[in-house]
Amino acid sequence: MEQWVRPEAAVTASLTRRPVSKWKKRLPFFIAYGVLGITTMPIILMYIWLLLSSFAKQMKYGFIPVSFTLENWKFLWTNVEHGGTTLPSIWTATWNSFLFSITLTMLEVLIGVMAGYALSRIEFPGRQMLMKTTLILHAFPSVALLIAVYYILNFLGLFDTLFGVLLVKTALQIPMTAWIVKGFFDNVPWDVEWAGLIDGCSRLKVWLTIVLPMIKPGIAAVSIFSFLSGWSEFLLLYMFIVSDDNITLASYLQKLISDPNLVDYGLLSAVSLFYMLPVILFFIFTQKSLMEVSAGGGKGV
Amino acid sequence: MGSALKKWKLPMIMLGPFVALIFLFFFLPVVLIVILAFTNMDSAMRWEFAGLANFQKMLEDPNLFKIMKNTALYVGFTLLINVCFGFVLGILTTYYIQKEPVSLVFRTIWMLPRMSPPVVYVLLWLWFFDPSEYGVLNSLRALFHMEPVAWLHEHPMTAIILANGIIGASFGMIIFSSAIKSIPKDLFYAASVDGASQWSIIKDIIIPAVRWPLMFVTIWQFLSLITSYEYIFLLTNGGPLFESEVLALYSFHKAFQNFEFGYGSAISLVLVIIALIFSFMMWKWFGMQKMMRSSKIE
Repeated sequence: MEQWVRPEAAVTASLTRRPVSKWKKRLPFFIAYGVLGITTMPIILMYIWLLLSSFAKQMKYGFIPVSFTLENWKFLWTNVEHGGTTLPSIWTATWNSFLFSITLTMLEVLIGVMAGYALSRIEFPGRQMLMKTTLILHAFPSVALLIAVYYILNFLGLFDTLFGVLLVKTALQIPMTAWIVKGFFDNVPWDVEWAGLIDGCSRLKVWLTIVLPMIKPGIAAVSIFSFLSGWSEFLLLYMFIVSDDNITLASYLQKLISDPNLVDYGLLSAVSLFYMLPVILFFIFTQKSLMEVSAGGGKGV
Repeated sequence: MGSALKKWKLPMIMLGPFVALIFLFFFLPVVLIVILAFTNMDSAMRWEFAGLANFQKMLEDPNLFKIMKNTALYVGFTLLINVCFGFVLGILTTYYIQKEPVSLVFRTIWMLPRMSPPVVYVLLWLWFFDPSEYGVLNSLRALFHMEPVAWLHEHPMTAIILANGIIGASFGMIIFSSAIKSIPKDLFYAASVDGASQWSIIKDIIIPAVRWPLMFVTIWQFLSLITSYEYIFLLTNGGPLFESEVLALYSFHKAFQNFEFGYGSAISLVLVIIALIFSFMMWKWFGMQKMMRSSKIE
């Protein structure tokens, strides 16, 4: 009798143990979701607040909107007063930001593509050294040099001009851009270029009609990156631009934030949202291609 | 002669603007910073050499000890958050959440602060720490009938460390997740068949695989943390007084608020030298190849 009971007990024991072990096995995954959820929640809430607050007259407990209003968006058609002075129109700032970002994009792509191609395909003395320099500059803490950059801009008469800041910003980013573009060119097989040359095209024509189209997705990604980084730029513009005519959205918002007499989160969040609009659009619509390209860009090295 | 010229023409045209920009805004500034550090140039922009006066001033500066301490605390703790939390996020979104769409959503949300313009990102933190009862922390306190606290005045260091830590964590997350993704799946299957515990999977499979990325993120972030001050400037501006001032911000303040360009340059020079030493270490440890590969992932 004893002998029969034992296996039975063992069977029931194993039956009851199985769900327990499954639960135990899944536990880390539940914890993972929990930890991720808890830590990610505040970020989502902060951005939701930005949206709610921009349309709310008043916020209960600082978070729950009491009544709907468009008052906060008034800055779109009237100039904001702050600290006794009137800020320039938001559209001046928007235009300047746009001009700054789009020119930055064009400069960076143009110079980056030329330099990237040369680094990838042309043999010339000092090539190795130039490549190493590019890489070091990529990691170099350029912010520490801004005092000297100020002196140089002053010397060139480019202080307080968007063009001057544009040059600085392009220079700070170009090592990275050129390096990434070089990676794209590295991925284009030599044979493609050879075939074009044998068919009697000039090198320039081959470059323009065959090679460049092949790295189009890469160029698109680099363009989006540089546009967004120009759009977000704050420090350089704050340091090297003083006049209101050259104000950009970043400085516009910073002026509002830094005014201790004006703590109007409704207005601040509306301006922020307006400022972030292109970032959000790019983020939603080009994220996949950006991810693909930035992952693919690493392959050619 | 003619052919030599022709050989040079193409690379010269292609690389001309690139080299010119690098020369004008990297090499020249480095040289200038070194020279400026030995002058006492002020807003009059006159070159007056002062020998080692700036460095002596630095040693005697009563605020410098506090600022060095802040810098060490700031860099240390922010780095800790960046690397550890970035690693946790990397593991969670790649190993524990195998469903790619779900982990993509999480990663995307974590990228939001990084994608947001700095001014907007800092506004969110200013609201979070707002001294009135409308701030996030204070409205939470109000629920328990507690008085509002002026967080940025009471705990400025915590604020700047948190704000920078969250941004940096997403950088770590991206690098670590792509490293974890590149681990062959068979290893995990084999481990689970052998009945390995979660801890030993992390310790014996994941950590060895992310060893190099871990080193890379640490040094890379160190380099950018020690010299960048954008978020600190926007959040506390080093205040109250020198409570959250770090070395890089101090150099900025000296140069652009007190117009002591010479002294500011001397401080910058110290930072550049520290950064160069670490860049050199990075170069030594990783070798060129590794650095090239990793730097592209961002």
